[in-house]
Amino acid sequence: MKRILLLVVALLAGAQSMAPAQAKPVQCRVPGYQAERIFPLPQVTKAIDKKRLVILVVGNGSSVLPGPTGASVSFPARLQVALSKMLPEVEVKVDTDVVARRVASDAVKSLPKALAEIKPALVVWQTGTVDAMQTIEPDQFSRALDAGINISRSAGADVVFVNAQYSPRTESMIALGVYAENMRWVAMQQEVPLFDRFGLMRLWSDMGTFDLYSATKKLDMAERVHDCIGLLLADLVIEAARTPKDR
Amino acid sequence: MAASPVPASTERDLRLDLFRGIALWLIFLGHIPSNTVSWITIRNYGFSDATEIFVFISGYSAAFVYGRAMQNAGFVIAAARVLKRAWQIYVAHVFLFAIYLAEIAYVSRNFDNPLYTEEMGVVDFMKNPDVTILQALMLKFKPVNMDVLPLYIVLLLWFAPILWLLLRSPTLGLLVSAAIYAVMWTFNINLPGYPSGGWVFNPFAWQLLFVLGAWCALGGAQRLGRWLNSPVLIGFAILYLAFAFSIAMTWYFPRLAVYVPAFVGEAIYPIDKANLDVLRILHFLSLAVITVYFVPRGWPALKRPMFWPAIVCGQHSLEIFCLGVFLSFAGHFVFTELSNTILSHFIVSFSGIAIMVGAAAMISWYKRAEKQIPRPPSRQPGFAGGDVK
Repeated sequence: MKRILLLVVALLAGAQSMAPAQAKPVQCRVPGYQAERIFPLPQVTKAIDKKRLVILVVGNGSSVLPGPTGASVSFPARLQVALSKMLPEVEVKVDTDVVARRVASDAVKSLPKALAEIKPALVVWQTGTVDAMQTIEPDQFSRALDAGINISRSAGADVVFVNAQYSPRTESMIALGVYAENMRWVAMQQEVPLFDRFGLMRLWSDMGTFDLYSATKKLDMAERVHDCIGLLLADLVIEAARTPKDR
Repeated sequence: MAASPVPASTERDLRLDLFRGIALWLIFLGHIPSNTVSWITIRNYGFSDATEIFVFISGYSAAFVYGRAMQNAGFVIAAARVLKRAWQIYVAHVFLFAIYLAEIAYVSRNFDNPLYTEEMGVVDFMKNPDVTILQALMLKFKPVNMDVLPLYIVLLLWFAPILWLLLRSPTLGLLVSAAIYAVMWTFNINLPGYPSGGWVFNPFAWQLLFVLGAWCALGGAQRLGRWLNSPVLIGFAILYLAFAFSIAMTWYFPRLAVYVPAFVGEAIYPIDKANLDVLRILHFLSLAVITVYFVPRGWPALKRPMFWPAIVCGQHSLEIFCLGVFLSFAGHFVFTELSNTILSHFIVSFSGIAIMVGAAAMISWYKRAEKQIPRPPSRQPGFAGGDVK
């Protein structure tokens, strides 16, 4: 139901704004799209004040594109580019700990080492898909999320969640539902901003921004999707960093 | 021994067929991924969904049918009939699994996109079919949306003893069921799944609703009759549904979540579907109480043609359920291969329901026609000559 409303809002808004700029690059930002609840990111706010922002992206296969150029065009790299543009006076560095097919509880195990080495102000944690594919006990998944947040926070880093991709072809084969719900619930409880990649990509698909059904070996569409994810993730990080701590 | 509770009436309660038919439609709509039309399904407006309706009514009708068999023909015959039914459902499940394999095999051969390298790992189990297919036959590996029939099989496997108990002492039967539910919650018991985790519908939890349905069929509903019509109960049910509705709205409009007091959130989340959260049971019971109040037994309108399509689907629930699962695969296929517009969502959804109704009508017709066929010759004296006893 939310989807229909969003689509209507987006199409109405798009009809007004799109006409003159038809040939321009993809419109990533969807008018009317509401992010999940934004919670403050105090460490990021501090880091921006100190002109140096280090981010660690912890993720799975959907955080990196395949091929030799894959890493440079996937969303962590695009996040660094977007944030550098939005915060010209801040030195932004995005590191990654991306391992395909790693469940959340295993990602947590390698977290302390990565945190100690990189000392990020922010951990962007993309997760959910692999746990759903391996039908990990949902409780165990939630506990891993909680543990990851606690470990990151005690190492002086804020956390942003990125949920699963919207993948229409495999939708009838991977039951994301309960994992997405648990992520949302843990995010609310722990006051972690959630970047709703799933909802966003579905909206892009509905609006025809990207044809996520297309079967191709070429990287071009995947690159543009990751570019947009990096850009909107940067929007979210900045909005959250500007959110006052005690609302 | 106390007077045995006879199934309340011998006439079929059309309300059961009606609501089971509607539940089957909703399950079909909800099982097509990304289906716009599924916004009408009740899961979007509260805690429970069509699964609760389906399981409860299945328990009700199982007690109705096998309870009478158990009283007339004895425990062994009735138990054998229940097991035969479980076997039929198992075969149906394996049939659906074969269709699922075909779909997976097709996608793995025809779809490639660097964006979805990770997600395509889901077809990897095709690389070791020996393990996966065995796990599927053991009901441990269950593809997405194929969890209801395995639940039904397990519920039937132990239904004969619980039915025996319910026929002797309905209260004790219900208490045993509730105790299993409580033990399950205390010790976190579930059947194992594959590759990991437990069943999506934990049978130790969902049996409660099945047994509750059976208990109602065996006279429980009559005993509750006075309470069911009390305005206080109806008032509570309406209040609870309103509460669930307002919580559900915060799922779609996250900014509304600010208005949910922290202690309410703490108390209700997470709403556990696998283990049939108490909030879900209460939501289903509220729906049931209100439904029973407004749609009395033998309500003349039930015989009107407008209700016939749902009723006829509900009367052949196993066949129509399986058809629905198949159609939801097919519907998803249409979305991915042909067209994925909102218009096509409506066309696929409504033609799917039309096919379900058509198939149910055909099954009804065939069953009626078969009854009218003359009996085999051996029963007709003199027809086949000589072999009449």
